[in-house]
Amino acid sequence: MSLKRPAKNQPENFEFNSSSLEEANNIIAKYPKGKQQSAVMALLYIAQRQNDNWIPLAAMKYIAKFLDMPYIKVYEVATFYSMYNLSPVGKYFIQVCTTTPCMIRGANKLVEACKEKISPNETELSNNKSCSWIEVECLGACVNAPMMQINDDYYEDLDKEKALKILDKVLKGETPKPGSYRGRVNNEPENNRKTLLDVKNA
Amino acid sequence: MLKDQDRIFKNLYNDLGSDIASSQKRGDWVNTKDLTDKGRDWIINEIKGSQLRGRGGAGFPTGLKWSFAPKEVGSRPHYLVINGDESEPGTCKDRDILRFEPHKLIEGCLITSYAIQAHVCYIYIRGEYFVDGQKLQAAINEAYEKKLIGKNAAGTGWDLDIYIHYGAGAYICGEETALLESIEGKKGQPRLKPPFPALIGLYGCPTIINNVETIAVVPTILRRGGKWFASLGREKNTGTKIFCISGNVNNPCNVEEEMNIPLKELIEVHAGGVIGGWENLQAVIPGGSSMPLIPKEKCETLKMDFDSLVAEKSGLGTAGVVVINKDQDIIKCMARIARFYKHESCGQCTPCREGSGWMWRMLERMARGEASKDEVEMLEDVTKQIEGHTICAFGEGSSWPVQGLLRHFKDEIKKRNKFDPIVKENKNIPYLVDQHLLDKNA
Repeated sequence: MSLKRPAKNQPENFEFNSSSLEEANNIIAKYPKGKQQSAVMALLYIAQRQNDNWIPLAAMKYIAKFLDMPYIKVYEVATFYSMYNLSPVGKYFIQVCTTTPCMIRGANKLVEACKEKISPNETELSNNKSCSWIEVECLGACVNAPMMQINDDYYEDLDKEKALKILDKVLKGETPKPGSYRGRVNNEPENNRKTLLDVKNA
Repeated sequence: MLKDQDRIFKNLYNDLGSDIASSQKRGDWVNTKDLTDKGRDWIINEIKGSQLRGRGGAGFPTGLKWSFAPKEVGSRPHYLVINGDESEPGTCKDRDILRFEPHKLIEGCLITSYAIQAHVCYIYIRGEYFVDGQKLQAAINEAYEKKLIGKNAAGTGWDLDIYIHYGAGAYICGEETALLESIEGKKGQPRLKPPFPALIGLYGCPTIINNVETIAVVPTILRRGGKWFASLGREKNTGTKIFCISGNVNNPCNVEEEMNIPLKELIEVHAGGVIGGWENLQAVIPGGSSMPLIPKEKCETLKMDFDSLVAEKSGLGTAGVVVINKDQDIIKCMARIARFYKHESCGQCTPCREGSGWMWRMLERMARGEASKDEVEMLEDVTKQIEGHTICAFGEGSSWPVQGLLRHFKDEIKKRNKFDPIVKENKNIPYLVDQHLLDKNA
């Protein structure tokens, strides 16, 4: 189990803005009447997106009222799942996969790159407060290892040099182009494709 | 090698585009109404006849699972839930279906919903696949526009709504009952079975849960016939499967192949061989991290299907093949997998919550050569205490890889960790019980 602690400095209030509110109502409509609690995960995401990538306690209280469920249940969900950030992580949140398939292809080099460029420790904001990094468990892009995720996008087939370049861009406030960094097409075997060739050449 | 015309996922590498027009060219949505017109029993029997087994890891016969759904809809509605919480290390096949073959999945949802009489289908996608989920959502919107789903979906007379539910980074939500808890807006902690979800599932209603790949192959099976599917592979291990080959190979890739394909062919032909040559191979994890590893000697002749791998005391799982060559420290690799399980344990059952941490810490010490020689047996004992003593299969999933390591690499561990636990030589290891006996001035 992983341990998650809410941030020390918490804002007093939280409220959905109008676009979040609309999105939230659309999501509640997906679930049967009276089962609005199902929307809690999606609403936490909305709160996280609205509040610079992290969820304050005030947002959990607000969502609890919004969905007519006990605050502790929202708190439970927010602390159980690893993708909810309970303290500020910066505009760019970098997640490096270091589980075995990535590890044996050199994920520790990406961790080194993060340590050099962003901060010596995990979940610590960079000097310009714009980003932070964390080691995470399998992100499900094992054939494109090693890889990292920045906010919603996957950056695949990396090595230390490429990771450093990506992090440089991120630190400047630019969003680098997602996808493979070896010019590879999706998950096909690089330069060694033996299947579906007529489709490829069609 | 499987012939191209027998491949189900023709757009696995996105050569053709995932939009509805190009999907229709590949045969999706062409005669959906004709398939449903043949009736529920025909669909279920055809799937039973194809001997399709669930692609999510456990390999449960799909047709049989569907037949567990109540025949008549009572006061409670039926639900179809698609499991796209793909988090098993080594596996990345569902992601390609979500982003490149979404219409196969959506059509499969319609046919399956019709067969089990569900009007609502939830697709649970892991939160990290947000971008791929958006692509699926675009495809769903497209299907709504063309009236392929919604009211009177694709002219079949059946109403179906499909919704996406995003997870938030919990591996355990891939377990079917934890997934249901998660959709209900709770912590993803598995439920006790029975009652099985087919009778009491989502919101207490009858629910059928299937993997993305399982549902995505259904329309093609019905079009080409269960007999065609059953003619591929071998008895009870039929059809095609997307294999993900990762780790120390020259060309890691996803590839759709026939069941029962030799592992060596998979690695040598499709993945371009082991880095450093076949002789440099150390071990292979055949089916995602929770399946015990298989040493090189056995890889020579190993066939990749459910039953052959069970005979080798491993399993096909999700068919995520992780190749580990001799440049890697095998104990370190397994210690990292143990750390994964320690991190992902939901914390509900004590043997798993505590035991997964124990295994990780012991393996880390063993990798550094700091464990005493009788700890090797102790580790084996710990794995046995977890296995079978938990609510869900996570206990097995976390202890099997460690058991696999002990089965095949015990000598390696013993070679590295051979000191006696009783302090005879002055060895400064803080967790030793009789550390206080050390002569600090010596």
